[in-house]
Amino acid sequence: MSGAESEVVQFDNVGLRYGTDREVLSNVSFTLYPGRFYFLTGASGAGKTSLLKLLYLAQRPSRGAIRLFGTDVITLPRERLPAYRRRMGVVFQDFRLVDHLSAFDNIALPLRVSGVREADLQGPVSDMLDWVGLANRADARPATLSGGEQQRVAIARAVIGRPDMLVADEPTGNVDPEMALKLIRLFEALNRLGTTVVVATHDVHLLRKVPDSLIMRLDKGALSDPTGALRYPPRRVGAGE
Amino acid sequence: MKKPPVVTRAVERGLSPFRGRRAAHLLPQARLGGPMPWVIAIMVALVVLAAGGGLALGNLADRARGELAGSATVQIVEADPALRAQQAQAAAAILSQDSAVASLSVVPQETVAQLLEPWLGTDDPEQTVPIPALIDVRLRDGADAATLDRLRRLLVDHAPSARIDTQAQWLAPVLSALSALGWMALGLIALLAFTGAAAVWLAARNALGANRETIEIVHLLGGNDDQIARIFQRSIFADALVGGVLGLVVGSMAVWLMGAQFAALDSGLVSGGGLETSDWLVLALVPVGAVVLAVYTARLTVLASLRKML
Repeated sequence: MSGAESEVVQFDNVGLRYGTDREVLSNVSFTLYPGRFYFLTGASGAGKTSLLKLLYLAQRPSRGAIRLFGTDVITLPRERLPAYRRRMGVVFQDFRLVDHLSAFDNIALPLRVSGVREADLQGPVSDMLDWVGLANRADARPATLSGGEQQRVAIARAVIGRPDMLVADEPTGNVDPEMALKLIRLFEALNRLGTTVVVATHDVHLLRKVPDSLIMRLDKGALSDPTGALRYPPRRVGAGE
Repeated sequence: MKKPPVVTRAVERGLSPFRGRRAAHLLPQARLGGPMPWVIAIMVALVVLAAGGGLALGNLADRARGELAGSATVQIVEADPALRAQQAQAAAAILSQDSAVASLSVVPQETVAQLLEPWLGTDDPEQTVPIPALIDVRLRDGADAATLDRLRRLLVDHAPSARIDTQAQWLAPVLSALSALGWMALGLIALLAFTGAAAVWLAARNALGANRETIEIVHLLGGNDDQIARIFQRSIFADALVGGVLGLVVGSMAVWLMGAQFAALDSGLVSGGGLETSDWLVLALVPVGAVVLAVYTARLTVLASLRKML
């Protein structure tokens, strides 16, 4: 297998600026490998969300190259991008649930977009609701769910299609520590099934909860590599320098 | 902890169609609804009226042209009644021998007097103004200028007071006006189509704006432009269909009523402008055109908007 095929994500000298402002990301280069659990840390405003937007193809960089699943997505025609988005599950910082759809329909959305027949999605969606502990809230609209429940619906929606990569932006930002740990355990379970997980968080305590995780740190738009996550083979947390 | 459920082969990685009721269900507010069916109904009714009028005028002009093609009138404009009658007989005799003339009839002076009665009264018109003798001529191959010139030359020796004119010449201004009205109807239809497309464009943009958040989510979950456009197409299709049928019914009734009113005038020229079965079929196609135009406009609008997203 070539290097390009084995890499899930490759950023090469990526820069991002909004309009004519200064760059929010500068010379960001890193590689993510399949089946790993990555944390992206940094203070608020460090550029975590901007980096994730590039990752889940909501934004084009101002410069540099990005490869996803071995393909240069910068030069890829935009009509081919949806196929790559379907390989990813995204937990947005603000959940971005569809207000007028029930929890069930929100979770089923990626499957419906992918063309799964109604008969085929009933079971998996119900199982997923059960898995995130919301089996009894299947018909509830997002507005009637608590913050934690909305977050679990968002996570269920992100993982229902068994994505190759899960990207989560501050997924524990609005929940208590107990729920935060529970959510991280959900991600770990998914990671054990082979999904590459990228979690952006500014909660440093969370990093120690996943022993095998790799850490990337953003500081004012520049990326540092405290655990050797960006090198290959990457070093593990606790493995020492 | 339980493992997350596995959606195995059910999840397709390709771009499968996402349409139908469940796609429409995704954007309940995408229904362009509200005034849209009514706007389309009004547009269709007006187009049906304009098209009906245009087709009727076209029929009228065609019928008039058909009847007048190859027809000519010879007038003997002579003050002396005896000389006039003599020249009329001579002209009729000469013309009847000519190969270009299919048939002719000398209009009796009594008939001419009856025709002029509304203007000249019941008294003997001959006492008031000299009445020309008239000969109706039907030509074999149409009343072209060369034939008419040749006939004029034939008549000049034996009927020097004869004037020969095609009947189409008299009606040329009327036919020209009818043709202008027909073009105006076409222009009106084009304008209405443009206005309808603009209304759909505005409605689609509003619906897009109202549902931007949901569209972005579907977009980021891997929905493609075509899938999202289809949702709006479905919505505008329903609106345009309802509006189109309503507009067709109202417009057709108006055209039928107008036709009945004109037919009641019992005027030879006006009653010739009725609609044929094929014309009604053309009118029935107006809502189909409106639906196609509306759906296509909505699709282009939505796709243009989506292309601004990555």
